[in-house]
Amino acid sequence: MMVLIVLVIASLFIAILFLIAFVWSVKSGQYDDSYTPSIRILFDNELTQDKNNTLNQN
Amino acid sequence: MSIEVGIKNCLHCGNEIVLNTYTPSDNKFCCTGCKSVYEIINNNGLCEYYSIEKAPGLKQNSISRKGKFLFLQDGEIASQFIKFQNKETATVVLYLPQVHCSSCIWILEHLHKINKAIITSQVDFLRKEITLVYNQHLCNLSDVAETLSSIGYEPHLSLSALNEKKTNFNDKKLIFKIGIAGFCFANIMLLAFPEYFGIEKSDYQLQSLFSYLSLLLSLPVLLYSSSDFFISIIHSYKQKYLNIDTPIALAIAITFIRSVYEIITKTGSGYLDSMSGIVFFMLVGRYFQNKNYFNLSFNRDYKSYFPVGVSVLDNQGNESQVSISKICKGTRIKVYDGEIVPADAILFYGNAHIDYSFVSGESKPITKQIGEIIYAGGKQIGGAIELEVVKEVSQSYLTNLWNNKVFQNSSNNKSKSFIHFLSKNFTIVLFLIAFVTSVYWVFVDANKVISAVTAILIIACPCALLLSATFTFGHYTRYLSDKKVYCRNAETIERLCEIDTIVFDKTGTVTLQNQKTVEFFGDKLSEQNKILFAKLFSQSNHPLSRSIKNYLNLQVNQIGIHDFIEIKGKGISAKIDGVNLRAGSPNYIGVVVNQDKIGSKVFIEKDGRPLGYFIITSQYRKGINTLISNLKRKYAIAMLSGDNSSELEKINIVFGTDIPLLFNQSPHEKLQYIEQLNKQGKKTIMIGDGLNDAGALAASYVGISVSDNINNFTPASDIILKGDQLFQLDKIIRFAKSSKRVIMGSFIISILYNIIGLWFAVQGNLQPVIAAILMPLSSFSIMIFTSLLSYFYYKISFDDINHD
Repeated sequence: MMVLIVLVIASLFIAILFLIAFVWSVKSGQYDDSYTPSIRILFDNELTQDKNNTLNQN
Repeated sequence: MSIEVGIKNCLHCGNEIVLNTYTPSDNKFCCTGCKSVYEIINNNGLCEYYSIEKAPGLKQNSISRKGKFLFLQDGEIASQFIKFQNKETATVVLYLPQVHCSSCIWILEHLHKINKAIITSQVDFLRKEITLVYNQHLCNLSDVAETLSSIGYEPHLSLSALNEKKTNFNDKKLIFKIGIAGFCFANIMLLAFPEYFGIEKSDYQLQSLFSYLSLLLSLPVLLYSSSDFFISIIHSYKQKYLNIDTPIALAIAITFIRSVYEIITKTGSGYLDSMSGIVFFMLVGRYFQNKNYFNLSFNRDYKSYFPVGVSVLDNQGNESQVSISKICKGTRIKVYDGEIVPADAILFYGNAHIDYSFVSGESKPITKQIGEIIYAGGKQIGGAIELEVVKEVSQSYLTNLWNNKVFQNSSNNKSKSFIHFLSKNFTIVLFLIAFVTSVYWVFVDANKVISAVTAILIIACPCALLLSATFTFGHYTRYLSDKKVYCRNAETIERLCEIDTIVFDKTGTVTLQNQKTVEFFGDKLSEQNKILFAKLFSQSNHPLSRSIKNYLNLQVNQIGIHDFIEIKGKGISAKIDGVNLRAGSPNYIGVVVNQDKIGSKVFIEKDGRPLGYFIITSQYRKGINTLISNLKRKYAIAMLSGDNSSELEKINIVFGTDIPLLFNQSPHEKLQYIEQLNKQGKKTIMIGDGLNDAGALAASYVGISVSDNINNFTPASDIILKGDQLFQLDKIIRFAKSSKRVIMGSFIISILYNIIGLWFAVQGNLQPVIAAILMPLSSFSIMIFTSLLSYFYYKISFDDINHD
């Protein structure tokens, strides 16, 4: 029976880790804007590094 | 008649390029504004802006005046916008109403290439906000604002908007509560599984460990996640009014107490799984319902309409920028073209043409002479004027309206709805059943009294009822926002169900604010003639001249204009490029008019030869005639206008002659009219657009403000409606009214579940597993039922096949 008790407590402990991760994600503002990142990720980010070659061909 | 020259579209804004007067190198642009924005973007190597979306910019009607943002150099004003700062950097959040596409996000997040002092910038698309971090040593807030407006994103600065940010915090709190309730719910459920399937006697120790673990897990649910329900009880007690949260909080408390008792005395394992489940589902429902529209503001008052900074002149005539709150009696101020007069003031210098259309509903600008009083709120058209303030901002004629008591207690008296009626009766019936059961068990088996009564209160928790309301209104607000109808909150939809009277404003609501229909009658004008008359009309500030100038849609230079004369009430004349031109009333030109057409007529003449005439009429919103006749069948209609009755004929065609049409109404008179209807027990919708309707909107049962650009200023109201959707108002109301049926339907479902649960409860043998099955099952079926039925009503309400 001991092993079951250890397992239950271990699983609860892992679940609490996820809860902490959730709290952190809300606090760090990841739920503030759920729309803009979906657009932002589609931009080519080569421009931010490469300062010489900026003009894009239309 | 349309001008058919150069059917090419502007690279920046996509508008048709009419004449390539300003683009000597290439005719890619429609105006100098668009071209200058392009040049800035091009010089900084950010042309990808134009490849993400086609013509992403907005038409640059005017290049903003240099020094417009100088007031932001004032540390005190700037500090109100700055969110956070240290020695090096400052973080500021600005509202940019122009944000509308992915190109906008792209260019705004590359601001550091245009202004080196800007370190990072991040856009929140839904809120239309930009968060900027800039180096304080290299630039200040006014430079940042100028950088933004140089690429066509002029920030909208208003102090009252800043005070509304707090809602954000509550939203986060709710997410926390949901997360924690969900976590505890899932884990308690998991620990309860052995119990559901019948645990063997030998595992007794294990069971008691599980029970204590669930008890531990249920504490955050009780103490943190469900705190809103308990707080709501205190409110309802203070108002001596039984609200729907009362039986819910009672059920949560009793479930918890009974579970603790069972666990400690080892008589059972309690109902903690059901309890945390209830809390979780109800919080989810609440989140779903409260999904608000970040970029809209329903509480605006005159403060957000007025500018933040004002140009003040000292004795030597030097200009400086101060905060509007610092303006007092005797201050000399300067107001530029297109700016708002911030306080009641006397005109000292300049040609004042004040447009009060937004403030009073009058459609014609008023010309003021030097020495006359100009009331606050009017917009100056033309050159700059200098004024001396006679009354402080808060004391002015317009802002006085906000001292009326309707603005103090706007929502309290409005919210006793049928949900509360249902829940009140529900609670009473629930207590009755509990009482009868306890009386029965006292005589039959006294040991079972407590267990039966507590089981009743647990199982009959009206969470399903609350869920049906929150989910239904959640769906309805979402569907309405698809139709560009934005509700302040769920109660707005409830109140829409009870409407019996509809009052319209005229200017800006039934008619379009700045658009006039201009038609030309006569021989087709040649291009050369068009340019000549555009030059002539551009000389005059008369509203008719401006309408015709806009209609001709030509940008003209001011060369070759001689002997310009304007005769008040008659017409204008000038010699342009050697040609004598005259325009004005029939008497002035000397022609005979046929009276069959409604509207103001302006005749034009070239070298003594009449060419024809323009007819200028207010443009009515599309579909307004059908809307009014549809609404008339069910509701009482009235119209209040701040304007004069010059268009009575046309209004009669729209509204008919059988309803009250009131003209020359002051903002206070509009308010009184609505209050009078309230006294008669009428439930009124007021539909308006301007500050002049603000009082009436606040006093009405449901205030709808109509706006062509929903991000512009709208007076405080319950609903913000996009102007081009007004013609659907009858459908919108009908759709809102169907919400009542959806809630009644799901209420019946939840009652059925309750009866099943009560069947077990009154007998005193409610097994935790039955509670644990019934509770989520009823919640899920309510969710599915409300979704399907709302969708059904949405389809039949707005499907044109069934109606038109």
